Amino acid sequence: MQGTTTDEYQTNSPQEVEAAAEHEEHEDYRMFGVVLFLIAESFIFLGMFVAFVIYRSVVPVWPPEGTPELELLLPGINTIILVSSSFVMHRGQSAIKNNDTSGLRVWFAITAVMGAIFLAGQLYEYSNLEFGLTTNLFTSSFFVLTGFHGLHVTVGLLLIFFVLIRSQQPGHYSSESYFGVEASELYWHFVDVVWVILFGLVYLL
Amino acid sequence: MRKTVNTSSRITILLTGIAATLFSLWYGQNNGLLPVAASEDASQVDGIFSLMMTVATGLFLLIQGALLFSAIKFRRRKGDETDGPPIAGNVPLEIAWTAIPTVMVLLISVYSFDVYNTMGGLDREASQDPGPQKVSYRSGQHPGSELLAFDPGQKYLALGVGASPQQKEEPEEPLPVEVNGIQYAWIFTYPDTGVVSGELHLPVGRQIDLKITAGDVLHAFWLPEFRLKQDAVPGRETQLRFEPNRVGEYSVVCAELCGAYHGVMKTTLHVQTPEEYEHWSQEQQIAQADKLENSVAATPNSRSASEFLAPYAERMGVESQTLEQLKASPTASASN
Amino acid sequence: MTTQTEVSTGAQPPEPEVEKQRTWRDYFTFNTDHKVIGIQYLVTSFIFYLIGGALAGVMRTELATPNPNFVQPEFYNRLFTMHGTIMIFLWIIPAGAGFANYLIPLMIGAKDMAFPRLNAVAFWIIPIGGLLLLGSFFVGAPQAGWTSYPPLSLLTGKAGEELWILSVLLLGTSSILGAINFVTTIWKMRVPSMGWNDMPLLCWSMLATSGLILIGTPVLAAAMILLSFDLIVGTTFFNPTGGGDPIVYQHMFWFYSHPAVYIMILPFFGIISEVLPVHARKPIFAYRAIAYSNLAISFLGLLVWAHHMFTSGTPGWLRMFFMATTMLIAVPTGIKVFSWCATLWGGKISLNSSMLFGMGFISAFLIGGLSGVMVASVPFDIHVHDTYFIVAHLHYVLFGGSVLGLFAGIYHWFPKMTGHMLNETWGRIHFALTFIGLNLTFLPMHELGLLGMNRRIALYDAEFQLLNLVCTAGSYLLAVSTIPFLVNAIWSWIRGRQASGNPWKALTLEWQTSSPPAIENFDEEPVLWSGPYDYGIDVLSADSEESVEELLSEVQADVR
Ligand code: HEA
Ligand code: HEA
Ligand code: CUA
Ligand SMILES: [Cu+2]
Repeated sequence: MQGTTTDEYQTNSPQEVEAAAEHEEHEDYRMFGVVLFLIAESFIFLGMFVAFVIYRSVVPVWPPEGTPELELLLPGINTIILVSSSFVMHRGQSAIKNNDTSGLRVWFAITAVMGAIFLAGQLYEYSNLEFGLTTNLFTSSFFVLTGFHGLHVTVGLLLIFFVLIRSQQPGHYSSESYFGVEASELYWHFVDVVWVILFGLVYLL
Repeated sequence: MRKTVNTSSRITILLTGIAATLFSLWYGQNNGLLPVAASEDASQVDGIFSLMMTVATGLFLLIQGALLFSAIKFRRRKGDETDGPPIAGNVPLEIAWTAIPTVMVLLISVYSFDVYNTMGGLDREASQDPGPQKVSYRSGQHPGSELLAFDPGQKYLALGVGASPQQKEEPEEPLPVEVNGIQYAWIFTYPDTGVVSGELHLPVGRQIDLKITAGDVLHAFWLPEFRLKQDAVPGRETQLRFEPNRVGEYSVVCAELCGAYHGVMKTTLHVQTPEEYEHWSQEQQIAQADKLENSVAATPNSRSASEFLAPYAERMGVESQTLEQLKASPTASASN
Repeated sequence: MTTQTEVSTGAQPPEPEVEKQRTWRDYFTFNTDHKVIGIQYLVTSFIFYLIGGALAGVMRTELATPNPNFVQPEFYNRLFTMHGTIMIFLWIIPAGAGFANYLIPLMIGAKDMAFPRLNAVAFWIIPIGGLLLLGSFFVGAPQAGWTSYPPLSLLTGKAGEELWILSVLLLGTSSILGAINFVTTIWKMRVPSMGWNDMPLLCWSMLATSGLILIGTPVLAAAMILLSFDLIVGTTFFNPTGGGDPIVYQHMFWFYSHPAVYIMILPFFGIISEVLPVHARKPIFAYRAIAYSNLAISFLGLLVWAHHMFTSGTPGWLRMFFMATTMLIAVPTGIKVFSWCATLWGGKISLNSSMLFGMGFISAFLIGGLSGVMVASVPFDIHVHDTYFIVAHLHYVLFGGSVLGLFAGIYHWFPKMTGHMLNETWGRIHFALTFIGLNLTFLPMHELGLLGMNRRIALYDAEFQLLNLVCTAGSYLLAVSTIPFLVNAIWSWIRGRQASGNPWKALTLEWQTSSPPAIENFDEEPVLWSGPYDYGIDVLSADSEESVEELLSEVQADVR
């Protein structure tokens, strides 16, 4: 028993570590598990957002005096890219539901590119900021929130790559079995929603 | 076994119930578990404790009694392999034991609310947390490289226990004392006279207004005989208002973990007659005028004292100076 | 429906012919069988209990005298920090998860948990986190208490504190992964005939517990991440020297750690609800009330966290709000306590070790619960906050509650888990020593706190010495009390009398398979032929005696 488990453990992609191995015709609970996981994840962000809102409301001057204004143009474009990528990705899922693997691949590839642009944009923004992580409470919050979100985007990208690699295998995804597609998409939507809230809180408010 | 309750056991149950109730009432009042109460507010708090002790004693007797009784009476007899009666619920009983505790906790809540309000806990100026009041803007990369400063634009608000509704009416101004907690000592400054002291002296029968803050980490200012406690938070001010009504010596304890010597962060509160207090105050002023130059403690107001002491926040363990202060204070040396 | 459960069975399809046996080696590997994992959890956490208890022993020795003459004050702070952290994160929480892992699939007739490999990952994180935490002794263990309030925690040694943070993050992750598994398993994998209201009560309480874990633990993680930044990089989220706010940390910490106390008690409420009816031979009283009160406790438990902050940064009107919600928790908890008493009342109680611990649980938890309601009253809490009164409260609920409940569970399920009976005499001695020791150690602490002894101190006023000596004596008795248990458990595991499939004549599904259960749990999917607690149904019919026995033996026959 041991041997088998370990082998499968290694060949599985991370998003499926948390799921049973079978790809047979049983009812499968993995999406249920993914949803529970995302509920937990959302509470990490919620915790940080609430902390941010408290700082905002109790610190006399917010952002503290001398904090340079945040540029809105680049992150604005970034937001639009990320939000639209969610719709693009959804077309990928629709494609696989019609057993259209190449459609899946195209749409997911576009999503990945959009995600990568988002990350690149964020890195560019970081490198052009006039403040650092420890300048003051606002800047620390800024970096930790956007950075933690960026980490999630990165994970999301990895998931998309796994789906892309897996989809090379003929018949791996089909209209019957597309857990990986569905899970990575849900995750991506989640990351997206978090960003919209984050953008509102940090940039707009 | 038959479970019909006959008259004699009914009477037994009734009598035990009455006895338990009477005992709870008596024990609630006469438990003698609390130390003396040195203010009217403290006596009020003890009133809540009495009520809660009564309820708790009653429930304790009821449930422990039921457990013991079951363990003895409903033990399985040797050789009896049958099951008990299949009773799976009893709606009136369930409603009773949901409703009665609900009423009881609501009663305790309302009573506590009332006492808290009388103590001044809901005083509008003293029951709101304005957040960090002293803000600082970081210039360098190293924490602690700059000092805290009060934000001038803010109106005064503090957190803690303030004036009670009827005290607000009274014309008499409370005696202000500024309290600063540092690892591991309390420093009291009397802004009216400029006296700075390591022990707290207060006149009996007068409103006292403590403004509490901390210079390094969190501390908590606790007066056990006054049933009062409030955290001292660096960078913000908290408040305790009370009126001692009993002359005596009481302990002042730091109740929030603040480092290795948290346990010795203690001093004494002397509640004195107004004359004695006045006398002490005069003495202090003269003594301090003498050694103005070379003493930390003589800095005439606490804000600069806290600035002076701010670097302490960065150090760990026992400072030689701190230890000296501690040795100087009688309670600390007594317990050492 | 067999198909449904098969999803979870890990690697191979069921092969009833091949009689596979567990060997001791399986317990040291990355095994995905929920029964192995359950025992791994229980044994690992018990080892940490001994470590945490040994630390407490050192603390109590120090506290026997008012002066710090046994350990340095600084080291004393490290001791209670580690003691609290170990007992909470490495003993009670994992032990609860251990029971749940072992029992839930059996109780609902499944072959394994929903995600067996995730389950094994969740377990193996625990020893890693535990070793990291213990490792901090080599670099200067954390000394800011298990609450780790900044700014103190930022100033007392980076390495130890960061190890503490990492370890808490890991253990939190493990707990979240476990919760995902529990919810999915309970929600989706019950045998088809088992409706929500036919579930054993342990499943209800694990559902409520997992909900709290999924909502609370991530917020703790967020706090830990921010605290790490403050500690390592020098940001000032919680550091007033840079404009940060230490109170925000306290809110984030308690938003998890208050629910955590229910994470630590609810599984044991579940265990008690299983143990009492079996040994009292009576149906559980008010099944639905007990089941739903779990959910009420969870819900209310999320709304009371600031009762730990009545004297810190909580505004007056909020203190009133949190006081009211906190007190309300007494109602659903009371429903349980009263229902348990009513379950015992009129039953045919076997006073075996499991039952003794069960009744001891009610008795001691009651004291802790009542002192809990007292400290919920703001004016009173202002007096006793951060004193030994709180230490007394927390040990009565955690030791008197969780630990006694845990032992009740061990005595109850040991035959199922190992296939051997425990020795009753030693079990009763264990109970007597534990119960006396517990009250001796923790009862005087109430009075110490009321009189003015604050907690977390290595040196105290001489006037408190007498009571402290009593506490210390009690703690030595508690240390001694572990010996009969250890000897009994180890000896019985190897040599104990063979246990039948259902030594207690219990009705829940885990007793309808052999002891220890086969690797696939049930050879055939089990059938529900009665509710989980339908004891005494037969008494109504004339020829009472045999029917439960007969029914059970029929079922046993199927199993063999
Ligand atoms: C298993 C863990 C556990 C459990 C179950 C509880 C249960 C409760 N706790 Fe406790 N608590 C802790 C673990 C736990 N606690 C710990 C570890 C701390 C300290 C943390 C630290 O600072 O280190 C703490 C601290 C703590 C505080 C903060 C004290 C302070 O620091 O100042 C408060 C304040 O409200 C509190 C309240 C309660 C209440 C109201 C309950 C209630 O849930 C109890 C409900 C139960 C009953 C009431 C008994 C049965 C009911 C009846 C018989 C019905 C009738 C009853 C009445 C009408 C009263 N607890
Ligand atoms: C489930 C939780 C749990 C459990 C079971 C215990 C069990 C015990 N606790 Fe615990 N305790 C806490 C949770 C728990 N505690 C928490 C959360 C705190 C707060 C920490 C903080 O302030 O940050 C605390 C704090 C705390 C304090 C207060 C410290 C202070 O504020 O200064 C004290 C003091 O007496 C104490 C004592 C004990 C004792 C004597 C036991 C006994 O019941 C222990 C009995 C067990 C044994 C004695 C083990 C026996 C085994 C052996 C003897 C084998 C020896 C092994 C080797 C030598 C390797 N505890
Ligand atoms: Cu200051 Cu404890
Ligand atoms: Cu709590």
